Amino acid sequence: MKRTFALLKKDILLELRRQHTFYGILLYIASTVFVIYLSLPDSPDGNVWNSLFWVIQLFVCVNTVAKSFLQESKGLMLYYYSIASPIEFITAKLLFNIILMLLMSSVSLLLFYFFLDSPVLNYWRFYGIVLLGGTSISLTFTLMSAIASKAQQNAALIAILGFPVILPQLLLLMRLSKSGFAEVFRDGAVLQLAALIAGLDVLVFTLAVILFPFLWKD
Amino acid sequence: MKKNWWKILSFLLLAYTVVAGFLLKVPSLPILNETIRNMYFHVCMWFAMMTLFILSVIYSIRYLRNFNHRFDIYASNYAALGCVFGILGYITGVEWVSVTWITDQGQSFASVLKEPKLIGAAIALLVYGAYFVLRGSFTDMDKRSRVSAVYNIFAFAMLFPSIWIIPRLVGSLHPGAPGSESGNPALDKNDMDIGMRAIFYPAVIGWTLLGVWIATLKIRIQLLKDKSLLNA
Repeated sequence: MKRTFALLKKDILLELRRQHTFYGILLYIASTVFVIYLSLPDSPDGNVWNSLFWVIQLFVCVNTVAKSFLQESKGLMLYYYSIASPIEFITAKLLFNIILMLLMSSVSLLLFYFFLDSPVLNYWRFYGIVLLGGTSISLTFTLMSAIASKAQQNAALIAILGFPVILPQLLLLMRLSKSGFAEVFRDGAVLQLAALIAGLDVLVFTLAVILFPFLWKD
Repeated sequence: MKKNWWKILSFLLLAYTVVAGFLLKVPSLPILNETIRNMYFHVCMWFAMMTLFILSVIYSIRYLRNFNHRFDIYASNYAALGCVFGILGYITGVEWVSVTWITDQGQSFASVLKEPKLIGAAIALLVYGAYFVLRGSFTDMDKRSRVSAVYNIFAFAMLFPSIWIIPRLVGSLHPGAPGSESGNPALDKNDMDIGMRAIFYPAVIGWTLLGVWIATLKIRIQLLKDKSLLNA
């Protein structure tokens, strides 16, 4: 547990020191939203807004999370191998990516509000859904990144491997986020959906912890 | 001969399915009419696909337990054949859709095909497509087996719950959607006429056995090819 936090702290410190990658992603989000702002009609329909938002989340995640494993050199991995167990290592990575993704989701949500007339009525609820969604997407893509880093042409592979797997959760999220708009749900349905997504998150986390040791040793 | 009884059974069941399926009486329903006979083929493809994917995952798990190359061959061949059955399921489904859901009001395929059950099947095919792309991107054999086994298990564990959940949350034209009294398109006994059930259940078993049979043949060829590797 202590080592997990040490590894997590290392990742955060690294991110703070190498700020160019962090700002690079922020710029990526900003320019994507700006392109959407310029290419869409002035007030997009709620469904269009919603689907664009989640697709952007997906691509932001591919770009942020992807480097979590790709940037580690072989020698560095060998060093981690000697000081930590695979479970500690993957837990630290998962936590770090969740934090990073939540930050990025919040930024892109702000930009979406700013540039594109938002159809959202219930801001806090929608923000909660965005945080939940950011967690789900980053969990899945962390493991995909770990898998892809073992193969050769890995950057493209993350998207190929991850998109079909994340689709069910993404569909559930898009459906759930409509509760932040005008759509009225049946009593308890919102909670039920949210619990389902959270349950899938727990499943992904458990699987990552179980399966990562097999990817770890080379 | 002792080991081959299920192959004979598969042949007999399929012969029965084709003969009885095309000749025996079926309930005549509006719109469906005689196309209801597709039930003996279309639905069975999905059963066979599910079974083959489940077998594939089981062998992936076994591979990770003792790193025997043999199990990797099993897993990849079962997955490949599962894909074939998935595609066949799609083709039979599209044929069915084109005469039932698409009527003379000029809907496009795209408007009709956004069905939760079709999405689930499409995702399953995409996942296994990704599985083969992943396998192709390795040169090292041990690494390939290990990493693709991990992906296979993860993807299966993520997908199949959602395939079983999502269709139950969203309404659809497909039989078995909420509102049609049953949650499952194939297993509810209230949905099907008794004469049809007498053909449908054997058909499911027959097609599934056929799938496993073809897969075992492919596995045996692969095992012979890799003989030198396996004994090393």
